[in-house]
Amino acid sequence: MSAPLLSVEGITVDLPTPRGPLRAVDGVDLTLAPGSTLGIVGESGCGKTMLSRAILQLLPKRAKLGGRIMFAGRDLVTLQPEELRRLRGPELAVVFQDPMTSLNPVLTIGTQIVETLQAHLGMDTVTAMRRGVELLAAVGIPAPEQRLRQYPHQLSGGMRQRVAIAIALSCEPKLLIADEPTTALDVTVQAQILDLLAREQQRRHMAMILITHDLGVVAGRTDEVAVMYAGRVVERAPTPKLFTRMRMPYTEALLAAIPKLDSPPHTPLPAIAGRPPDQTRPLKGCSFEPRCRYADDHCRSAKPPLADPERAGGLFACWHPL
Amino acid sequence: MTAPLLSVRNLVVEYPVGGKTLSAVADVSLEVGKGETLGLVGESGCGKSTLGRAVLQLRRPTAGKVVFDGTELTGLAAEKMRLMRRRLQLIFQDPIASLNPRRTIGDIVAEPLIIGGVSDKAERDRRVREVLTAVGLDADLVSGRLPHEFSGGQCQRICIARALILEPELVICDEPVSALDVSIRAQILNLLEDMKRRYGLTLLFIAHDLAVVKAVSDRIAVMYLGKLCEVGPTEKLFAQPAHPYTALLLDAIPVPDPSVKPTANIPVGEPPSPLAPPSGCRFRTRCPRADAVCAEVVPPLREIADGQFAACHHPLV
Amino acid sequence: MAVLELERDVATEAPVRRPRRVGMLFIGSVAWIVLIGLSAIFADWLPIQSPTDMDLLAKRAPLFSPGHILGTDHLGRDELSRLIYGGRVSLLVGLLAPVIGVIIGGCLGMVAGYFRGRLETFAVGGVDVLLAFPPLVFVLAVTAFMGQSVANITIVIGVLGIPAFTRVARAVTLTLSEREFVTAARALGATHSRILMRELLPNVALPLLAFFLLAVAVTIVVEGALSFLGLGVPPPTASWGSMIGEGRENLDIAPWLAFLPAGFMFLTVLAFNVIGDTLRALTDPRPGAL
Repeated sequence: MSAPLLSVEGITVDLPTPRGPLRAVDGVDLTLAPGSTLGIVGESGCGKTMLSRAILQLLPKRAKLGGRIMFAGRDLVTLQPEELRRLRGPELAVVFQDPMTSLNPVLTIGTQIVETLQAHLGMDTVTAMRRGVELLAAVGIPAPEQRLRQYPHQLSGGMRQRVAIAIALSCEPKLLIADEPTTALDVTVQAQILDLLAREQQRRHMAMILITHDLGVVAGRTDEVAVMYAGRVVERAPTPKLFTRMRMPYTEALLAAIPKLDSPPHTPLPAIAGRPPDQTRPLKGCSFEPRCRYADDHCRSAKPPLADPERAGGLFACWHPL
Repeated sequence: MTAPLLSVRNLVVEYPVGGKTLSAVADVSLEVGKGETLGLVGESGCGKSTLGRAVLQLRRPTAGKVVFDGTELTGLAAEKMRLMRRRLQLIFQDPIASLNPRRTIGDIVAEPLIIGGVSDKAERDRRVREVLTAVGLDADLVSGRLPHEFSGGQCQRICIARALILEPELVICDEPVSALDVSIRAQILNLLEDMKRRYGLTLLFIAHDLAVVKAVSDRIAVMYLGKLCEVGPTEKLFAQPAHPYTALLLDAIPVPDPSVKPTANIPVGEPPSPLAPPSGCRFRTRCPRADAVCAEVVPPLREIADGQFAACHHPLV
Repeated sequence: MAVLELERDVATEAPVRRPRRVGMLFIGSVAWIVLIGLSAIFADWLPIQSPTDMDLLAKRAPLFSPGHILGTDHLGRDELSRLIYGGRVSLLVGLLAPVIGVIIGGCLGMVAGYFRGRLETFAVGGVDVLLAFPPLVFVLAVTAFMGQSVANITIVIGVLGIPAFTRVARAVTLTLSEREFVTAARALGATHSRILMRELLPNVALPLLAFFLLAVAVTIVVEGALSFLGLGVPPPTASWGSMIGEGRENLDIAPWLAFLPAGFMFLTVLAFNVIGDTLRALTDPRPGAL
């Protein structure tokens, strides 16, 4: 494996709440090679968004961050705001869940793209305009010249997300973080956007982190998948391996909860009972133990480490792997 | 099938948008039998939610009829409609927004009883407790709290409790799980199935995700730009979709299996604006099978196979 | 089903109660309002002199003079007593006038925002007409026609406040009416009056209350300005505004005569604003809104 582009070491994020500090991310380690795709999967509140915010250094002001985030040889945690600003765009880019809120409603699409290009790449207006048209065409927007003059509210949700992707891609970033990019969209549009992201990622040899709550989304489109639960990575494996041989009961439960197309109607879904634990009161043992059907006393008393005891190429945090 | 509990005939819902007329629902007819679950699927903006609201007369239809259990709801006097409402209920997509932020859960769930004229406080408390327990919440812990103290899944349980407390006959579920996580989604779908059995409900289940609809529906109706494309029994529709749009929706479902490569035949583009729908078949602009006939003639909904109807000149079966 | 059994314990944790901390500023504000309010209510029983008794031998007595702890004005009337009785007028007008506004404007705005249509056009049009009318001319006309009295001043300022309340109530109601819980209530068969009273009012009431406290502050200033101009309560009744007006003539020799009532007014207005802001933040049902 080549030298990693991103390596996250022991990241913790604490958020102050009225009930005491909430450990949103609890000691996460990740590495990402240039040009590869990592899927991060988990329920809402599992810390996947906070982890991506930590990598982007866009955490809320109240949040406390610990650990190291090495990106292309630099530690993002210790970087000055000005250096960080120069990094975002040409090296690090992000696509958020809701394109309506990530685009500025009072500026035209064109202005937003052109300004990004001018600020980061120092292009003149004419070149930037031409590049903007190319970018919009590349993300599959018909009649890009006209679209440049339109405002975000004049576009559909899918088109807005395409524009957001075009802006994120505009400076040829080395790493794109897509945080639930399709959750707000229809199924057909979701498929299109995911295809678009995969295509651009391969063409530009860009690394990508795809964050989602749906295992179906990451299945055909990532090299590696990390499943998060209660702030920790509980299973991490190359995608084909994860789906063929799941070890962590949580991953299995998450997969089982997706309605199957080949099961007849009215088949009860194996839902995961209960809900994630209160992260202001960390459990002593495994955090999935209260909802896990394989749990025993050992699970209640000791936290399983994320490890690969069988040297099979996949990491999991479970005392009783499947 | 016994006599339908709900029958929608040639329903048209239009509203003015900046001087133009948007026909959100254009001549839709469908029936829901007693005890049946009809899934209504389509992309956002196809008019499926408007259809749901027009059935409940929350938005008055422009033309057509809605007949519920032999009573025509369209044109029913306001007071009579108000009394009819306890038999028809609605569950929304955003469970948090559909609960009043300043009223306690106990209050919110008891509200239908107060409106329905149950004046005995003890009786109301008993029924609130009963329905909250039925949806899997502890009435003692929940009643006194405000909606913001609960997660989306729990709020949806509360919404379901509110919809069920008057023991309605028809419940329209408008994207009840779209805003929820996969794991919570399964809980709510199971709960709806459970409640359907327990209360003998008839459901009109609206969603944009065919996989979700499949899990709960007996029959499925697919809607595109205000018109029905295909109606059929769930299994048949999945096994051999007749309308190219149904096939497209099926292809778009993400499969949690890396060996299944995502299909690449999703046509680029999105539905045209409902303000200016294409002539003839409304799907023709995105349809791989479209030809000259499709641009000229509006395809009628016709029976393709036993119980399976499609509105297409060139059906897939 | 197993899932449902397990789900029953989902809400077992103690509800999140935000520690409702309030600053010293808020406590000070409340203390000041209580002090001013109590002294205004019990002014007649307080061991102070009559605010209209003239002690012509002790005109413009300085602060801390024997018998006149805050001195006397240009006619030798006790300043402390006038401040207290003046506060009575200012607070009475300041509290009652916005009540007129909040009741009429609030109802009008909620009804307009909920029912929309012709009713809304009518209400908004009426409010715009009222807004377009020059307030000073209105006050002059009313006082000339009906005479200067505390009641008339209260009614005039109250009526002038209706448009603002209507707009606040209408704007809040408009956005709330779009929310799904209102549709949910309609789907349940709730009557319009029930939706207005049970679903909308609790949500409209707090923004209106916050605005009410702001309006109290503004009204006190407006009443002061009118009295300063001689359009307010008729002399010799004291009001903070008229006291500033009278004190202005003696600024060079007895500056406290203008600055004392001005200071009282400033503190009172500030206190009402602080209380309004804090109450709004405290009563937001969402956590972390403060």
